[in-house]
Formats: sequence, C-alpha cells, structure tokens
Amino acid sequence: MRYLPLSDDDRSAMLARIGAGSVDELFRDVPAEARLSGPIEGLPLHASEMAVERQLAAMARKNMVAGEVPFFLGCGAYRHHVPASVDHLIQRGEFLTAYTPYQPEIAQGTLQVLFEFQTQVARLLGCEVANASMYDGSTACWEAIGMARRITRRKRAIISSGLHPHYVAVCRTMAKFTGDTLDLALPELAAATDAERLIASIDKEVSCVVVQYPDILGRIADLAPIAEAAHAHGALLVAVVTEPVALGLIKSPGEMGADIVVGEGQSIGVGLQFGGPYVGLFACREKHVRQMPGRLAGETVDAEGKRGFVLTLSTREQHIRREKATSNICTNSGLCALAFSIHMTLLGEKGLRRLAEINHARAVEVAERLAAIPGVELVNESFFNEFTLKLPIEARPAVHAMVEKRVLGGVSLGRLYPGEAALANGLVIAVTETVSNADVDALEAALREIVR
Amino acid sequence: MTVNPSGWKPAAPIAAASDAATVTGNRALMLEEPLIFEIGDNDSTGVDFEPQALAAQRLAGLERRAPINLPGLSEPQTVRHYTRLSRQNYAIDLGLFPLGSCTMKHNPRLNEKLARLPGFADIHPLQPKETVQGALELINSLAFWLIDLTGMHGVAMSPKAGAHGELCGILCIRAALEARGDARSVVLVPESAHGTNPATAAFAGYKVEDIPATKEGRVDLAALKLRLGPDVAAVMITNPNTCGLFEPEMKAISDAVHAVGGFVYCDGANFNAIVGKVRPGDLGIDAMHINLHKTFSTPHGGGGPGSGPVVLSEALSPYGPLPYTARTKDGVVHLVEEEDADEFSRAHFGGRLRSFGRMVAFHGQMGMFTRALSYILSHGADGLRQVAEDSVLNANYVLRSLEDVLDAPFAFSGPCMHEAIFSDKGFAEGFSTIDVAKALIDEGFHPMTMYFPLVVHGAMLVEPTETESKASLDQFIVALRSIAERARAGDQALKAAPIHAPRRRLDETLAARQPILSYKHPVPEGAESGAAAGIGGG
Repeated sequence: MRYLPLSDDDRSAMLARIGAGSVDELFRDVPAEARLSGPIEGLPLHASEMAVERQLAAMARKNMVAGEVPFFLGCGAYRHHVPASVDHLIQRGEFLTAYTPYQPEIAQGTLQVLFEFQTQVARLLGCEVANASMYDGSTACWEAIGMARRITRRKRAIISSGLHPHYVAVCRTMAKFTGDTLDLALPELAAATDAERLIASIDKEVSCVVVQYPDILGRIADLAPIAEAAHAHGALLVAVVTEPVALGLIKSPGEMGADIVVGEGQSIGVGLQFGGPYVGLFACREKHVRQMPGRLAGETVDAEGKRGFVLTLSTREQHIRREKATSNICTNSGLCALAFSIHMTLLGEKGLRRLAEINHARAVEVAERLAAIPGVELVNESFFNEFTLKLPIEARPAVHAMVEKRVLGGVSLGRLYPGEAALANGLVIAVTETVSNADVDALEAALREIVR
Repeated sequence: MTVNPSGWKPAAPIAAASDAATVTGNRALMLEEPLIFEIGDNDSTGVDFEPQALAAQRLAGLERRAPINLPGLSEPQTVRHYTRLSRQNYAIDLGLFPLGSCTMKHNPRLNEKLARLPGFADIHPLQPKETVQGALELINSLAFWLIDLTGMHGVAMSPKAGAHGELCGILCIRAALEARGDARSVVLVPESAHGTNPATAAFAGYKVEDIPATKEGRVDLAALKLRLGPDVAAVMITNPNTCGLFEPEMKAISDAVHAVGGFVYCDGANFNAIVGKVRPGDLGIDAMHINLHKTFSTPHGGGGPGSGPVVLSEALSPYGPLPYTARTKDGVVHLVEEEDADEFSRAHFGGRLRSFGRMVAFHGQMGMFTRALSYILSHGADGLRQVAEDSVLNANYVLRSLEDVLDAPFAFSGPCMHEAIFSDKGFAEGFSTIDVAKALIDEGFHPMTMYFPLVVHGAMLVEPTETESKASLDQFIVALRSIAERARAGDQALKAAPIHAPRRRLDETLAARQPILSYKHPVPEGAESGAAAGIGGG
C-alpha cells in the first residue's frame, strides 16, 4: 500500500516496544462482537494509481464540461478565467498541507495571506473589516442574519425577493431552529426590484433587511434608500454579493450604507467545481466586529518586536466559548481564500476594473441580440453580467432542448423555483469574459429555433 | 483542533542577535516578505485581457467613482510574494504534524490531479442533470462507501465541514423528535468534547449539560443512566473520545439513550482509528459526521475547506437535508433535490421523507468528494483497515516510548487508539505545555494539540497518523524525550523557544486588546492626522 510506510518488521519491533502480542490487542476496548474480522465484504480492495485514475476519469467523461461548449450559467456560480499561476501557487505543499494557523510562529505564510485577504475583501465590499472567510455565500448570508439578531436583539428579518432561492432556503432552515421570523416573497419578472416593498415593511421589530446586489435576476438597485430606511428604525442592512467581479464597476454595498456585506467569492480564483468548495466573504463595521462569526487574523509583534500575525478575538469562538459562541463555525475556507487573494493580487484595481468592463460590455451585447429574437423579452433595465429573459415558452424544457444542441444556455427559473408558474418562462443568462463570439452565435441560433 | 490560551506577552523586545548580521533582515533562505499593500499599486496588473469594445452601460447610474485601492502585482512579483510566504509555513509535506484530533496525514497528489479533471472541476452546480451524470455517480459512489464503512442507512453529503455536519445531525434529531410531537430540551455532552459540540447543540435550541467521566477517561455509564429521561433529546459522544480512548460501553450507552426515546450523535473526528475495524452503526449510533479532511485525507489547506458528510440511521434518514443521498431497497443510491423530493419520497419512503430543509446552496464540497473517493479507492477495504491499525500502532508506540518522561494519565488503563495523551504533571514550577510545544518547533516538528481536552491538565494530544514511518516517529520521540526532561529540570532556555522559527513567540494579548484586522496605509510624516494617505498608491 503506497501510502503506508510501516513494514512488517517495523510493526513487529513496535509491538515489542509496546508490549503487545498483536495489533488486535490494541483494539481490546472494542467489544469483540462489534469488531470486524477482516476487510468489509463486498467492497473492492486497494488499487493502483493507474486503476483509480481510470475509474474516476470514466466518471468525469460523462459530464458536459463548461469549457467545451457554449456556456451561459450563473445564478451564484460564475465561470471566469483563472490565471495559471493561481492553481500552481495554491498547490505548494506549504499552503496545501498546512493546518489552521494555531502555532503562529510557523504559520506566518497562511496568517499573512489571511490578513491580506481580509483587507482586500473589506475594501472590495466597502467595509471596515472582513473575516478570514466562511464556508460559502449561502452560509455567510445566514450568519449575517444571526449577527444582526445579536446586535439589534430583534428577531424579524425582511428578505428581498431577489435573494438567491438556495440562500433563502438555507435561511429558512436555520430560522426554524433559532426562532427568527423571515418576511419572504417571490420575485416578479419585472425590471423593478422589490426595494419599495422592503422599505415599506421596515419597523421597530426588524433586525435587518437582506438584499442581494446584483439580485438573482441580475437587476441592480441603489441600496442607499433601503439603508436609510433600515437605520431610521434601528435595523441593519445586510447586502449579499454573489458576483464580486461586479464591484469592479459598480459602487460597493458598504459605500451605500450596508452594515454587513456578505458574498460568494467563487468568481475570483475558484473554479465552478459543481458547487464547492467555494469561499464565503463576510465584512462589517469595526464597531460590530466582536459579534462577527468566523476566524480573524490580526497584526501583532513577536518577542523581538518584529511584525507578525496571529488568529485573534477567539473569545467569540466555539473552542473557547463553547455553547456561548457567536457561531459553531470552526473551519473556514482557507485554500479558496488563498486562491481568491492571489487572483485579486494579479488583477489589482486596474485588472479588476477591466475585467468588470469586459463582462458588462459582453453581457450588454448578448442581451441585445437575444432580446431581438421574436417572442423573447429582456426583463432587466439594469444588469452587470447576468440578465433574465422572458421566453414565450417554459424555460426549463428550453434549457434541456438547448442541451440537445450542446449549448448550456442559462439557468431556468423553473429549476430554482419549482412549481411557480409565474416564473416558469424566466431564463437567467450569465455572460463572462470566457464567452466567445462563436458561443454567442450558437446560443442565439439555439434559442431562436427553440422558441419559434 | 487546538487551543492556544497562553496569554504570553513579551516584557521588552529581546535583543535581535540572530539577524544582526544582514542589511535586509533576510537570513539566506529565510526571506522576509512585505504585504501586497506595501509593494503593489492600483495601476499594476498581472493579467492581460482580450480587446473588447465598451458598449453603453446599463448600471442603473451606480457606476463606481471612488477607487477601491486593491494593489496589483505583475505575475513574477505575485509568484515570488506567495512562494516566499509559503516558506514561512510548516506543513505535512515538511514533516511530522502530530496535531491530536486533526488527523494530519499525507495528502496523496493523485487526489489533487483527479479533482482537477475538467469533468469534475469545470461543471456548474445548476447544469441540467443529464449533463452531470458522472458527477452524480461520483457523489453516489462516495455515499455508498461511507454508508458501508459505517454500517448506517443514509448519508447527507452537503455539510461543508465537521461542525456543519454536527449541526446537520442535531437538526435531523430535532426534526425526528418534532415529527413524533416530542419536544425535548436537553443535549448531553461530555466535558472532554470539542467546543463545536456544545456550540452546535445550543444553536439548535437545546440546553447543554455535561456527561460525567470516569477516572479512566470514559463516559460514566451509571451516572449517565441516572441523568437520562424524557427531556433528553440526544447524547453527543466522541468515539474514540478526545482522550484517545475507545468507549467500550458504547452499545450500552446507545441502548440506554434509545430506551428513553433519545438519539445518539457521534462526533466522527476520530473515525481514523476505527475505519474498517468497527462500524458505528453496529454500536447503535444514529448520526455521525465524517471529516473527509481528516480520515479521508482531503487537504486541510491552512484551515479549510473541509467537508462533513453525515451518516444517518434508519430512524433519522427521512429527515436529512436536501440535497439528500440515500440507498433504496434495490441497492441504488439516489441524489434527491427539492424538485424531485416528493416523488422520491412516495416511491421509496412511503411518503415519509420529511427533509428538514437545505443547509447550503448547491451540492456540498464536490472537490473534496473527488479527493476522498480517490483516497478510498486507492486504499480499498483492506487498505482502510490497515490505516486504522497503523494509526493506532503508531500512537501506542509514541505513548509507550514516552510514558516514563511524560505523565500519561490514562496509560494505566490500557492501550490508546490513534492518539496518545500526556499532561504537564511533573514539569518544574513555572513550566507548562506551551514551553514543550514551542521547543518542538525549534526541533523541526509541528507541536501536538495543546491544552485540549480540558479534562487533562496541560494536555498534550499527539496523533502521529499512519503515514509516519518508524524512523520519523523515532526522531520525534528522541526530540520530545529531551524536551520533556528539560521541562522537568526547569531549563530556562525552553522559555525562549522558538528561536529558529520565522518569528519568535507572538504577542496574542496585544492582538486581541488592540485589534488590527486590515491594513491601514501609514500617514506620511507631517500630514494631518485623519488625512487620507494615498492609499493603494503603494
């Protein structure tokens, strides 16, 4: 077995030192009736690298690879080009095979990266501080609602109808157990967001208003009036960003008054990977930092007075506070945060802006071409790199029909909102810098034929 | 996991003799590296783009006007920055990393390669199911293995990490209790448990009470039985426990809990010790999370991403979260989502499937599933059993090679499982576990888990794992023996350790008292305080 270094001679010598006659003696606390006498029956035995590779490669071949077909899916996960050096660097063993930096003297690499990541995220989202990452955007969103409850000591959250339905589902699951009340609504296939409904719903009982920006249909709305209304009633504004590239071109939620900004960082540095692992972004005002969940890296000095970094404010966390912790979260998404940070460093301000401009310009082009197809309407007035079409037919079968033509032509709202007839004709199309002109031609031709 | 409550604080900077000789502060291969905010600027970039004509914008008048101040670097500068930083990290690839309860074993590179196959890495979670059959097959194959290795009934694959898996298990228990109209208020957790256990139970709305332990470091079954009653929703047990011991009465504990209508949650953090040797399902366990990043060797990555699938008993299976994986009577494993949950429930569960909801967007940690399955297939049923045996053998070898110089509080009661626990008893006045840990750093090892579990004074929890050779263990034992003897003798030099690491001991108290959590550009001399200091300009 290539991963196990002990030889039989080693094992005998070690058992002799221990004073045991056999390895089984070491398992004597396990009741005999529960002990398995040999390898579990019916399961295969160990295999060579080549054999394992063959088996997994066969599974991989059964999938339609995004990069090999015209591809237009978004809705919380986006396909961007990731520079080759990102994946090379995150595979350095010193990053890949390190643990959480609990021994800071020999973990300055990870700690400095996290400090840099926190700074990049805080600036991008327009906040004062950010943590060292969460599991993903959806869990970060729920944690933000919990944090707002702790800060305001109120338990009613108003959720925008433009919030990703999976994020809503996560919040609903958790709220059942924490006793939070969530005001929910379904989105409408219209250019206007539900900002007016949100503002009208805020009262003195509300802990926070949760708004996605851009929203699930790709729409962009000014958050400032919502922030103002929330603050007037002592509530917080939680903004959710699932496509952080957008912030290269549009104002950050923090700039518009959001108190907590969370997001999905997958877009930058992390591939699609069928949904995970991704990297949750979490930022807030400095005055609220002690209510923030998750790990934090902070600057300090060592015994020689040299600058160094440590995990800090751990008195918020479960390993110290146990049942009084701000969250049960223990792991963050360290390696994905590293990938995010490296990609962001490669882009820099200038590159991020350029990337965002290209995404937006291509999306505008594609939206206009598709909206020219008879029967197809563009729902959005505003959008970044993702917009919603209203088809003359249900979008779900249309998506499957496009697959027949080897086009991955967007996400149907029928998939995201099963059983909601009013949304069934909605098709969400994302357009990033990876989309070629030929891809757009193929999408347009496929859609034109299907809706005819 | 480990805790660092040292509270250590420097009185005054120690004379920096070690780097007095260089102008740069670098010492040969030990290279200092500034922050990106000190070397990059807003106009530099390491990415080139295709030409693109810019169309009229449709941004609702929300165009960004102020700079973000994200410094950029060219590719060579970027590669050098992160490579230099990486060299300030200890890692399994460099040496023994005996962090108890963390299972820091070798990470096979085959797994990295396979996770990067475009068929797994470059597929979108919302692609139509007919285009991702291979991905679903992979999730199902892994689910099949996890169910078989644990002797359980179903598995929730989506939890993102161990603590998230714990939450999943406890929410299943609460959902099952609610379904039978049986509101219960208490979850019992041993004092030796990971902090995530009580945090999870409290989050799910339960009152947390301690389970008493025996002097042998096990659950006190008689005391537990006295406490059990109709208010107890669940008992959370770690088995093998955090003292590195198997709970021999596990089946009796489960039976007692079931007899009063409660459920048994097992923290699977230490599954490595028993994989292929014992099936938790045979011990009456109802739910257990499996840390794929421990037992099945997906890389820890400097603190995640993890992955924490939860195996479930027949009683809890109907309540698992969506998306949901279960094997039906015909032997087929299904991945069920909102859109097909009802139909699946009617067809296979007589309409009893009552998921408590969704815990994450999408399907969970696919990238970790690929790596874990690659690991499992490489080992096979025989290799996994050998993993458990060698990990236990290695831990006992460490235990018996050190028990004469380090106090081993439970060694009298027999062998340990895959981790050996020691206390700081016998150290000279003023010496504690942290001094031993920091001295190990100078000897080229990552320290063991310190001060955890809380039930052992100055605990040192050593988990070598099965991927360490005898030679590697022998070197570690020699080093730790020497350090232990110095701690017993009160050698003051230990207090200065580490002296050979990239940094000396760091002031954690300062970091917590005056938190600096993001980079602030220094205000140039003579500028008025509060004036913007050309941020991002570098």
